[in-house]
Amino acid sequence: MKKIHIALLVLIAGAIGVLLTFLKTASTYDTIDTAIAKPGKFVHLMARLDKSQPVEYDAIKNPNYLTFTAIDTLGKSVKVVYHNAKPDNFEISERLVLKGKYQDGKFECKDIQTKCPSKYKEEMKITDKNTPGTSIANPEPTNSAEKKY
Amino acid sequence: MDYIGEHLLPGQLGHFFIVLSLVASLVATFCYFRSTQSKIDDESARWKKLARYAFITEVVSVLAIFSILFYIIHNHLFEYHYAWKHSSRSLEFKYMLACFWEGQEGSFLLWSFWHCILGLILIKSSKKWEAPVMTVVSFAQFALATMIAGIYIFNWKMGTNPFILLRDSGVFDNAPALHLNLDVNQPLRPDYMSSIKDGNDLNPLLQNYWMVIHPPVLFLGFASTIVPFAFALAGLWKRIYGEWTKPALPWGLFSAAVLGVGIMMGAMWAYESLTFGGYWAWDPVENASLVPWLVLISGIHTLLIYKHSGHSLRATHLFFILAFGFVLYSTFLTRSGILGESSVHAFTDLGMNFQLLSFLLVFVLPALLLFFRRYKEIPTIQKEENTSSREFWMFIGSLVFFLSAIVIIGKTSLPVFNKIFGTKIAPPEDAEYAYNSIQVYVAIILALLTAVTQYLKYKETGRGYFWKKILTPTILAVILSGLLFAFATINYTKKGPVFLGSIWMAVICSIYTIVANASYIWLGIKGSLRLSGGSIAHVGFGMVLLGILISSSNKEVISNNIGGIPAPLGEGEDPRENLTLVKDVNMDMGKYTITYLGDSAHPKKQLSYYRIHFKSKDGKEEFTLMPNSFVNYKGNEGLMSNPDARHYWNHDVFTYITSISNPDSEQDTAAFRHANLKPGDSLFYSNGFLILQELKRKDSLPVEIFGPGGSLYEAPIKIFSKSGSVYSVTSRLAVAKGEMMSLPDTITSESLVLRLQKVNPDNSIELGVKESNAVMKYITLKAYKFPYINLLWFGVAITAIGIIISMIRRIQLNRLKGSGS
Repeated sequence: MKKIHIALLVLIAGAIGVLLTFLKTASTYDTIDTAIAKPGKFVHLMARLDKSQPVEYDAIKNPNYLTFTAIDTLGKSVKVVYHNAKPDNFEISERLVLKGKYQDGKFECKDIQTKCPSKYKEEMKITDKNTPGTSIANPEPTNSAEKKY
Repeated sequence: MDYIGEHLLPGQLGHFFIVLSLVASLVATFCYFRSTQSKIDDESARWKKLARYAFITEVVSVLAIFSILFYIIHNHLFEYHYAWKHSSRSLEFKYMLACFWEGQEGSFLLWSFWHCILGLILIKSSKKWEAPVMTVVSFAQFALATMIAGIYIFNWKMGTNPFILLRDSGVFDNAPALHLNLDVNQPLRPDYMSSIKDGNDLNPLLQNYWMVIHPPVLFLGFASTIVPFAFALAGLWKRIYGEWTKPALPWGLFSAAVLGVGIMMGAMWAYESLTFGGYWAWDPVENASLVPWLVLISGIHTLLIYKHSGHSLRATHLFFILAFGFVLYSTFLTRSGILGESSVHAFTDLGMNFQLLSFLLVFVLPALLLFFRRYKEIPTIQKEENTSSREFWMFIGSLVFFLSAIVIIGKTSLPVFNKIFGTKIAPPEDAEYAYNSIQVYVAIILALLTAVTQYLKYKETGRGYFWKKILTPTILAVILSGLLFAFATINYTKKGPVFLGSIWMAVICSIYTIVANASYIWLGIKGSLRLSGGSIAHVGFGMVLLGILISSSNKEVISNNIGGIPAPLGEGEDPRENLTLVKDVNMDMGKYTITYLGDSAHPKKQLSYYRIHFKSKDGKEEFTLMPNSFVNYKGNEGLMSNPDARHYWNHDVFTYITSISNPDSEQDTAAFRHANLKPGDSLFYSNGFLILQELKRKDSLPVEIFGPGGSLYEAPIKIFSKSGSVYSVTSRLAVAKGEMMSLPDTITSESLVLRLQKVNPDNSIELGVKESNAVMKYITLKAYKFPYINLLWFGVAITAIGIIISMIRRIQLNRLKGSGS
């Protein structure tokens, strides 16, 4: 066997090894129930903001503290603590991907990904369709804004 | 029905040219194919001529589509969905191009446009390779034309058409106001256009000058990967092995330079306009564009091996096929919506997944099939590479590059994996570290190989020669690394000593690469600029690595929250990286004292600029940064922030707004609480305490204002805040014409309102105290320090220059040989 073939095999084996270890360290997408079932484990929680519950955030007191209640599609809810600034479009976000772990009765969140209609205009159109009675939501604010100037 | 105010002609022309482009590209593909297959020279030439006419028709059509769509956007013809969705009247001219390629349709058009330009050059320059190479290019043009066709074939929609009218796009389906009798089942009102005054505007995050220039460059990079691919395929197809590498090499180099620069322009855009705090986040979209580049670089190196030693032709074929394959795969990943959760900036699903997947498979499967069928025919050299030869180590380097690309794309493809196998695997806790922890070793190996390999000769290197040549640069690199080790630190300790050690190792190897390759320009090729392309590119590559390593590992958050009240913290290290600035109040941040001075608004958009004054504590410099933010833009609650940075030669101070005081909540809901105080008494409030100094009464007052017996009380109050600040106010109460009047005093920075309400007979006062956030204007910001970021940008430029020098030399060599034979 040529030396270069040996090198080839070793490197390919290395690459496969790396990918397998990656799968081992990978986390999972979870609902609130399954996240609570494995406390202390880092998960991606798929949920949305429960707007009937208070959102606590005061940038003056502490810009790095946000708590709120998240609710998932199964109707289960959990209190979430996030030690960072409130993300953009947090309130209007339709879906939140909360990365963190469940601990001591609350979800300690390390990172929040918001899924907003604003970043995804195509999705906005779909929401318009789902809300009966809304007229074209998009041009209206612009027109009123234009009148202002 | 006729509608008032519509301009239908551009759209009709557009539709016509789309169909023409579809037909012309198909005809061109067919004719080039026949020309390639034909054994008779005459016949082949006739087909070729026909094919050229077809391709030129295709070029004209694409240019026409391009111009018409731009005309529609430029003239604000909002009856067209594309203009309505992506542009607005307030959009500056420079961003009209940016909004042109914001949508899928426009970016496909851009890609198609570059294929046209490349195709024309290929027709002019590639001589006997024209027919097979252009078959591939024309077919790609056909595939791209289907993406914007928007034609229904038995209920299945092929592509999305950029010329679709707003009223046909389904946007009005739930807008009764625009229909007759306010009923959505009725037709539209003929004058519906009078209600469509403006479009949706370009996504604010894309309103950045990099978005004008980055997509065209990136797409030129993507588009040009088809050329080496087509040459490799042409070689297999015509069974003329190896010869195709000559014309393919300059194309490969061109593609590598342009794609590399395009990717890094995207990184600059991310750095300057996104707020994830950096230029690279291993986001799937970034990875998907990086991977073809890595594979392309592998291909270029194996091609050079083949040129000089006859080895590695098979690998070159594979790499060029896969480089283009990964371009198509990344197209699929980023446009199909499959990335969903895992990417911040992917396109949304337009229901074209099947088509995108076909686009990938229709090129990659036949190419790979042809490659494996011809595999045995591709010439190789049986003799083993000598381990002292340049080709041996170059091959190892190419392989490491390629495998690192495979690892990156493997990790990025997690959502695809989930989709196929129904699993629910998510990226790990620290997704960036998952990449960094591996790629740092790739960097070490590659930097080392890049440093050393140029000093090896092809075929075989004498020991004496090698050591003699490499001695000086090695000593130099050791000295430099030693100096760096002694005088600089790398602060990235959060991942433990092993990773820190790896970073150091990679830093040293990058320095070695820079020094060794720079020296080689004199030691190896005697300072000849013409020959030094490779070395210059390698120096640039070393600088890129060094810039990445230092700027990322010494990146520092300087906006640590020290002003606010510490909140109850969870276990572990929680990010406390945002700092709140109250208007006009100085705050400490790193070596600066910073003050929020106020904001100013954009005249046309809901865009605010925040003036933040920086003053270094040693008093040596002062400057103002103006990060901006779209506030509640187009009815979207919240902020979309664009950072601002202060550039120094050796670091950047980078800041952006994370939250602002809500202008809507300015209604004051807090109430006064009352306290009785005597002079010298103190009173606590939530953020400190205050002391009533004394109470003064003034009697000799003008009677015409105060009436008889009027009086004025003055109560000087000192306020001691927790933060150490001391404020003095004087509250006043006037008794005039039998009425008591007092004005509240506001201490903005303490969100404190005081009012002297009553003076009691026993010389005590009743003081009203109110604490309210509404009195404060504040912003919360995040600030980073990025050291040596310029090294990265500079390195990218040097790499590109080096590659271009090589490319020019290769073109010249090809010309010389061409005229000689």
